[in-house]
Amino acid sequence: MTIAMSQATPADHPAGDADSFDPRAEGQRLIKDWYASLETANERGAPVANIFVMGNAIEILRAFDFELVFPEINSLQTGVRKTSEEYIRLSEDYGMSPDVCSYVKADVGLMLKKGEHPAGRIPRASLAVASNMCNTFVKWAEIWERWLKIPAFVLDLPGQRAAGWEVRPGDPQHMADSRWIEAQYRDLIDKCEAVTGRKLDLDRLAEVEERTNTMVRHWNNVMELNRHCPAPYNAMLDGLTFIGIMNVYRGAPEGVEYMRRLEEHLRAKVARGEGRVSDERFRLLFSGTPCYVSMRRLVELFEAWGGVFAYSDYLTFAAGGLDATDILYDTARPIESLAEVTALAAHRGLSHQFFAHERLAQQIKDYSADGVVFHGIKSCRFVSSGMADTREFITRRLDIPTLYIESDLIDPRYWSDAQIKNRVDAFFEALQQRGGPKRKHPHQGIGRPE
Amino acid sequence: MQIQTVHDPEARITEILERCFTLSRQTSIPSPEELPQGFRGTIGHFPVYFPEEIAYAAGLLPVNVLGGGNRLEMRMADARMGSFVCSICRSTTELALNGTLSTLEGFVTHPICDAAKHLAGIWSRNLPDQMSQILYLPQNVNSRGATRYIRDEYWRLRADLEKRIGEPISDDAIRAAIRVYNENRRLLRELYQIRRDTPWKLDLVECYLLIRARSRMPCAEHNILLKEAIGAIAERRRAAQDKPRVVFLGGFCEQPPLEMLETIEDSCFVVDDDLLIGLRWLTEDVAEIGDPLWALAVAYVERSAASPVQHDANKTKEGYLMAMLKESKADAAILTAAKFCEPGLDEQLAWSKHLDPLGIPYLVLEFEEKMTSFEQMAMQVETFAESLLFALA
Repeated sequence: MTIAMSQATPADHPAGDADSFDPRAEGQRLIKDWYASLETANERGAPVANIFVMGNAIEILRAFDFELVFPEINSLQTGVRKTSEEYIRLSEDYGMSPDVCSYVKADVGLMLKKGEHPAGRIPRASLAVASNMCNTFVKWAEIWERWLKIPAFVLDLPGQRAAGWEVRPGDPQHMADSRWIEAQYRDLIDKCEAVTGRKLDLDRLAEVEERTNTMVRHWNNVMELNRHCPAPYNAMLDGLTFIGIMNVYRGAPEGVEYMRRLEEHLRAKVARGEGRVSDERFRLLFSGTPCYVSMRRLVELFEAWGGVFAYSDYLTFAAGGLDATDILYDTARPIESLAEVTALAAHRGLSHQFFAHERLAQQIKDYSADGVVFHGIKSCRFVSSGMADTREFITRRLDIPTLYIESDLIDPRYWSDAQIKNRVDAFFEALQQRGGPKRKHPHQGIGRPE
Repeated sequence: MQIQTVHDPEARITEILERCFTLSRQTSIPSPEELPQGFRGTIGHFPVYFPEEIAYAAGLLPVNVLGGGNRLEMRMADARMGSFVCSICRSTTELALNGTLSTLEGFVTHPICDAAKHLAGIWSRNLPDQMSQILYLPQNVNSRGATRYIRDEYWRLRADLEKRIGEPISDDAIRAAIRVYNENRRLLRELYQIRRDTPWKLDLVECYLLIRARSRMPCAEHNILLKEAIGAIAERRRAAQDKPRVVFLGGFCEQPPLEMLETIEDSCFVVDDDLLIGLRWLTEDVAEIGDPLWALAVAYVERSAASPVQHDANKTKEGYLMAMLKESKADAAILTAAKFCEPGLDEQLAWSKHLDPLGIPYLVLEFEEKMTSFEQMAMQVETFAESLLFALA
């Protein structure tokens, strides 16, 4: 198997406009452009696909020029724009249980409102692709089958089977799983051809994959740059903009350019010794999903103590797990290679969540973390069901301080400001009592001196 | 198994059911000393479906871990799982942490839902000596390559079990197990046929207890028990009652308490259901010749039941509900879901929205395995049954 190794060096990037680049403003502009394009998709007669951020087939769909709708992003945007409760209540009035995912409920609310979204009108899809990485995806796609009368293709991705599961590129398990995924991709291609009336252009697929390769190289470097102290960005605030672009523009020229400039920008910050927090005192990992209705507030509570989220597993699993693979697409074999990378991403970057203690133990070292914050939510049992037990493991066996808080992705009714502030403050007081961070002053470089 | 020959069929069935009832209350598993002859250990598996034949051929008694019921005291699991996780996952975790399942050789869970998948991680952190894993049964059985993939996954499972027991599991042994289970499948089909044709002869709870007994005994022994029970049921002298015929859905994973099932059958004949569907997942015989793993995989793809936690384009959720209603000649449906069971709750709504325009009556109920109060539910079911009888009169 020919594979390309996923490493990019600073020499890949020409000196440019690192200082003038504003990742947040540029990210917002790109998201606005995406919604604007979606708004006219049905009128233009463009094929539209509903897909998820984990376990999708963006490269194939983009090769067919599908407009991509991410219902998860639509739902989170209702949270960011403080309108999620209206959509959720609509779906609950329709009959949905209070105990199911609020993203799904916001999306059902959106369908009840005929696609009227605060960012623009969401087009009607002609195809849906869901994966088994999160089982709610499958149920969600079944809802679209009923409501939109469209075919739902479930991409079955075998994940990590057990603890200590190591799959290396090309080994028999990896190849067996890749073979299964490839068979499904070929079926999906048949479906896309039926929906669009076009044959797949393999050169076009390779071109999209090449762009994704470039994005992933930059993305990996972006993640790695936050191993520096001080961390140049907050994984759970700035990182949420980055991951949005990584998903929405994966395989697109705009995505490549954004990631190139982002890496350049962050590299310049690191060179200047400039951190996200002016006086970085505690480096933390965040495990779980954001609470989009109050994320800025949550980050404030931590940054007030000099705490920064250097890494979050959200940036791995919610970006398709591509950073967890060590191979890139081999564009000479675009379909086979797509399956091979997908299989590895499923093993290492997505289903890893079920054996989270293994990954967290490594990331605590990689990011020189002083503690781990777990955010459990009813809306996402994929990340939350084993979280309390993982926390117990990290605290007791690894002696790493941890904090567990509960709220929701976008349902504001589950956000309790006073309670969460109390818990955050108590966590930092406990960290102080342990002697504070291992080192009190910012250090320019990866990790901290012993 | 020793079942005394008693001529009174009612006494014979009572004797069998008492044994089944005792087994249903049992959350513990046989210790090495208590293992039935021919078995060297136990393997736990979580609902819905597990290819028991492979473990059986390895001399590992398959134990279907069905949660803790409504008498388990939760001491540790509440601190290890979020408050929003369903009861069966929490009580299964409790049984893992409190030592009840400590003698299992392994525990296998499935990608039926996200909480269930996490059980493998919880097991690995707390019972690291056991072989805990996720058997990745596919959510896409309609794609080319599905049968081969499942066969590969069964092959992997077999290899893991061989490593555990320290010797190979032969194709012949698996074929022999398939024969035993085929007989079981035939007997279970017979049991359900009785429920459909003469529901007054076999109560819902009785049928449920008879099937559930397989979760704690070797399949060959269960076959003897079923034959004995079916013989006795055939001789029963019971008169039909004036009750509406309903189907029960929502029991595919977390098990409703027996008292809830009794409450329902006090007012209705439940003529079909999805209770313990994993134990009767393969609906027809599996080929007894050729590659046994391939045969099991083919059966999974082509001749299997349906549930809210499996996506299959050939078996829509509305489709199998309607087929169940039609084939059992039911008047109505009881649509249940376990609390916090996301797939179940989603399906419950979809089913009810499907039945509304068709004018088919249904009753929506939510349950938890740990619930102990049934008065309100009894009133709901009674009112529902009365309204059905009036409508049918």
